[in-house]
Amino acid sequence: MNSILQLLTDNLDIIYLLVFTVFLGFEIISSIPTVLHTPLMSGSNAISGVVLIGAILLIRQTDPADYLTLSLAFLGIILGTINLVGGFAVTHRMLEMFNKKKK
Amino acid sequence: MEQILDLLLFCASILLIIGLRKLSNPASASKGNLIAAVALGLGVLVSILYPVVTDDNNYLIIVIGISIGAIIGIISSHRVQMTKMPEMVSLLNGFGGLAAALVSLVWLINNDFSGETGQLVIVLLNLFLGFVAFLGSLIAYGKLSGKIQDKHLRISFSTLINITLLVVAISAMIFFSISGNLSITHLCVFIALSLLYGFIFVAPIGGADMPVVISLLNSLTGITAAISGIMTDNKLMLLGGVLVGSSGIILTLLMCKAMNRSLLSVIFGNFSSSKGGESSVDGDVKEINPSDLAIQLAYSSRVCIIPGYGMAVAQAQKTIKDLESVLESNDVEFKYAIHPVAGRMPGHMNVLLAEADISYDKLLDLEEANDYLASTDVAIVVGANDVVNPSALEDPTSKIYGMPILELSKTKSVVVLKRSMKPGYAGIQNPLFFKDNTKMLFGDAKESIELILRELKDL
Repeated sequence: MNSILQLLTDNLDIIYLLVFTVFLGFEIISSIPTVLHTPLMSGSNAISGVVLIGAILLIRQTDPADYLTLSLAFLGIILGTINLVGGFAVTHRMLEMFNKKKK
Repeated sequence: MEQILDLLLFCASILLIIGLRKLSNPASASKGNLIAAVALGLGVLVSILYPVVTDDNNYLIIVIGISIGAIIGIISSHRVQMTKMPEMVSLLNGFGGLAAALVSLVWLINNDFSGETGQLVIVLLNLFLGFVAFLGSLIAYGKLSGKIQDKHLRISFSTLINITLLVVAISAMIFFSISGNLSITHLCVFIALSLLYGFIFVAPIGGADMPVVISLLNSLTGITAAISGIMTDNKLMLLGGVLVGSSGIILTLLMCKAMNRSLLSVIFGNFSSSKGGESSVDGDVKEINPSDLAIQLAYSSRVCIIPGYGMAVAQAQKTIKDLESVLESNDVEFKYAIHPVAGRMPGHMNVLLAEADISYDKLLDLEEANDYLASTDVAIVVGANDVVNPSALEDPTSKIYGMPILELSKTKSVVVLKRSMKPGYAGIQNPLFFKDNTKMLFGDAKESIELILRELKDL
C-alpha cells in the first residue's frame, strides 16, 4: 500500500498533466461536424506518429556497436516518420479538397 | 541550450493544442493541420538536439531513418485514392503502433530487461498495446481492402478467448513487473501473447462495425504514444498521445451512438456471425430501366442521393456530380443524405463527395435528411444498404433493430442501384427492396448513372 502511495506521489506532476490533458482532449473535439470526421481521424493518426520522438531519444543512448538494438530503433524511426509525414500529408490533401469548392 | 530547448518543446505543445483546436473547425481545419505538423516537427528537432549523457548519438542512422520514412510517407500519401482512405489510415495507424512497440523493446534492451515495478508496468503495457494496435490495424486493413474476407476469420468462442487472453496478458504484465526483470523467453511469450490478442480483438468484428474499430485502434495508438512519452519523459509525446487517445474515444462513441450499439457489444458482440432471428422477406422486387428513371428524374422537383460504401467501390462520386449538374439545370432540387456510419470510416462519404466538388450545403445529416426525404420525389440509393434498412425500425428481432436509419417510407419513389440481391455487409436481407415504392436498377452504380445521364441528354 505504501509503495503504491509512494509511486503516486512521486509522479504527481505527470498524473496532473495526464488528467488535465484528457479533459482538454474531450473539450477540443466534442463538437466536431461530420464533414471533419475523416480529416480529424487521419490528422490525429498523424499526431500519434509522435512516438518517433521516443525512438530518436532512445537510439541516441544506444551503443553504436549494438546492431540489433540499432536496427530495431531504426525501424521504429522509419515507421514513426511514415505515420507522421504520411498522415499529415494525406490530411492536407483531403482538407485542400474541402477548401477548393468554397471558392 | 537546454533551457531554450525546453522552452521550444513547451511552445510545440501549445502549438499542437492550437492546431488540433483549429482542425476541429471546417473553416480553419487546413491551417490547423499545418500548425500541428509544425508543432511535431519542432518536437522532433528538439529531441535530436537535446543534450544526452552519452555521446553516441547515432545521428547518421536517425537522419537516414527519417529520410526514408518521409519519402515513403509523402509518396504514398500522394498516390492513394480518396476511396482508399480507410485502408490508408489503418495502415499508417498500424505503423504507429509498431513504432511504439519498438520503442518499448529498445527501452528494455537499453535497460538490461530490468527496472522498477512502476517502470516495467508502463513499458510492458506499451509493448502490449503497441502490438495489439499494430496487428489489429493490419487486419482491419486486410478486411477493408478485401484481402481478408470476414468468413475466413470466424472464430468460435471468440469472446471467451478474448477475455481469457486479456486476463493472462494482464497477469503476465503484473508478474514480470513485480519480479523486476524479464528473460528473453518471457519477453517472446509476452510479445506472442500481445500479437495473438490483437488478432482476436479485431478478427471477429464485421465490416459494418469497421468505423468503430478504426477509430478505436486510432485511439489505442494515441495511448501508446502517450505511454511512450511517460517512458522517455517527453511532455509533447504525452500531450499528443493523450489528445489522440481522447479524440479517438469520442469518435468511437459517436459511431456507436449512430448505430445504437454500445462499445462493448461491438467488441464482444460478434456482429457478423451472431445468429439473430432473421425474419425472411418474401415478395417480388420491381426493376426499372435507365430510360424510365431518366424521365422520372427530369420531371421531379426534389431528388435525393443516399450514398454508401458501394459508391466508394464503384467510384461513382464524379458521375453523380454530373447527374447533379444536369438535373439542376432542369430546375430539379438535388441533395445528399449522409448517414453517420455510411462507408467504412467516420465521415467517409463526406470525403468522397468533396473530392467530386459537391458543395457542402447540399449534404444533409441524419435528422435533416429524414425531414427532407419525407417530401422527396425520387431517392436514389447508391450502394447503401444497412443504413436504409427498415428492419431497424420495424423488426425487433433484427440485429440492427434500434439503429437510427434514413427513412424512405414517405418518399414518393425509391430507386436502389445495386449489383445484385446480395445482402449488405451486415449480412441482413433488406425489406426495403420489396416495398411498394421501391424499384431496383441492377448493375455497377457508375455505369447505371452514366446510362441515366445519356438518356437525360436524349430527352
